[in-house]
Amino acid sequence: MTDLSHLRADFPVLHQQVHGRPLVYFDNAATSQKPRQVLDVLRHYYEVDNANVHRGLHELSMRATDAFEAARVRTARFLGADRPEEIIFTRGTTEAVNLVAQVWAAQFLRPGDVILTTGMEHHSNLVPWQLAARRSGATLRHIPVLDDGTLDLEALDTLLDGPVKLFAFVHVSNSLGTINPARELCAKARVRGITTFVDGAQAVGHLPVDVREIGCDFYAFSGHKMCGPTGIGALYGRYELLESMDPWQGGGEMILGVTLESSTYKAPPARFEAGTPDISGAIGLAAAMDYLDGIGLDVIQSHGEALTRLAWEGLRELPGVRLLGPASPRAALVAFSLASAHPHDLVEFVNTQGVALRGGHHCTQPLMKRFKVPGTSRASFYFYNTPKEVQRLLEVLREAIRFFG
Amino acid sequence: MPISDDLRDLYQQVILDHSRHPRNHGELSGDCIHVHGDNPTCGDEIDLWLKLSPEGGVEDLKFSGQGCAISQASASMMTVKIKGTSKDKATSLLEDFRRVVTGEGQVADEDALGELQLLEGVQKFPQRVKCAMLAWRALEQALGEGSGDVHA
Repeated sequence: MTDLSHLRADFPVLHQQVHGRPLVYFDNAATSQKPRQVLDVLRHYYEVDNANVHRGLHELSMRATDAFEAARVRTARFLGADRPEEIIFTRGTTEAVNLVAQVWAAQFLRPGDVILTTGMEHHSNLVPWQLAARRSGATLRHIPVLDDGTLDLEALDTLLDGPVKLFAFVHVSNSLGTINPARELCAKARVRGITTFVDGAQAVGHLPVDVREIGCDFYAFSGHKMCGPTGIGALYGRYELLESMDPWQGGGEMILGVTLESSTYKAPPARFEAGTPDISGAIGLAAAMDYLDGIGLDVIQSHGEALTRLAWEGLRELPGVRLLGPASPRAALVAFSLASAHPHDLVEFVNTQGVALRGGHHCTQPLMKRFKVPGTSRASFYFYNTPKEVQRLLEVLREAIRFFG
Repeated sequence: MPISDDLRDLYQQVILDHSRHPRNHGELSGDCIHVHGDNPTCGDEIDLWLKLSPEGGVEDLKFSGQGCAISQASASMMTVKIKGTSKDKATSLLEDFRRVVTGEGQVADEDALGELQLLEGVQKFPQRVKCAMLAWRALEQALGEGSGDVHA
């Protein structure tokens, strides 16, 4: 395992005591911590360059516009997009899904069409499609999840042969740690002329992601799960597809001309970015991308794999522990249930020892039902976590099992 | 490794015992009130069945559910205390129990609460008040408007 512990110095938040013990932050799948390099960029922007973007002719506005548009170029490069115009800044993954589920779905879905998703979707990549189906008269179908936490790929072919218009799936499951074969799934959809939407909230910044290599039509992610600020994320869309889409929200920035009766609209991405955007967020996101590329996404991924293996092996030896998801390959998280304690009791217990876990349904209620658990406890890792912290978790869990008996 | 006093207070043996071996667990059939309570943020669920006597007392009640030790123990301990009481008594126990777990207001009758006072430890964990109150919110609904759903 590459020793990345020197990077902890970049994260002020990690250096604190919680309930008298050193903080062990294992809730990275919910949100990551932010390095000084990102915080400094945010502060610099507000102290030196702050102005509204695009319309201003003064110096500060031009600086802010340059930095904001540079962040779009940076994001396009980070995702391997063909051109920056394919990047629409959103509040995060959820907003990106809703944009497509409202605009694209309203235009292209007809009664009888099928929206295909999977049984392991986060509510944010399920509920917007349920709403879209209700509005359009389309039907929602789901690829089943197998006992090992992977998708039933045999069922996939049959399902794709139906009248599927859109296939939306999660790249990396936040509840199981499963890494779905995004490229293979998109290829199967593409040969049948099906539009694809990939929820990359747990993937971007955690493993190398290249949208052209994946071959998807849409890809969404959130900045705050990859060292960026909260409130910023992006939707990638293939340009021809974005160009064919109607505007989403109306307002400033997205128009060419306005009369009292009607308006004409700009080309993407401006068409989908009404109002003043999260300028500092986008700039902070670009700084996060610089930071992560400085470490290397392959290094980040293999470090996460090593920590996960350590946690997985350790958990397997504890009495009454049931692990969810495939053993390998998997993302940098472990989700488990304990015979003697409900996830909320366990999370409460470990919190008093300074360890931050998440317990509950993780916004995947259908998946919890599928595995017949009320919820799970989840430890999710990032590059600043250490093997010593994993050992500490295992030690605290042993104590919890004794306590709850 | 030292376990904090607050945590030991929250998970006292009596509480853990009720959560592992819930009393009055199951369903009531026939003419009775049924309330489903859930906490959408954490997924805790309680189903409460309650039969009123002709005089308006709580003749019988049972519950089932899933959730954390606090929500299930609180439900179990509640059924033990409420079974056979009058509606008024049940309502005053409910009000006193709320005071115990929130720490707000003066408890009117400590003796009547008995071992329910052990859930006082919840005060130190404000995010768990909803867990402790879930079954009681269902009881409140049952005694007030009758069958229905409640969301903590």
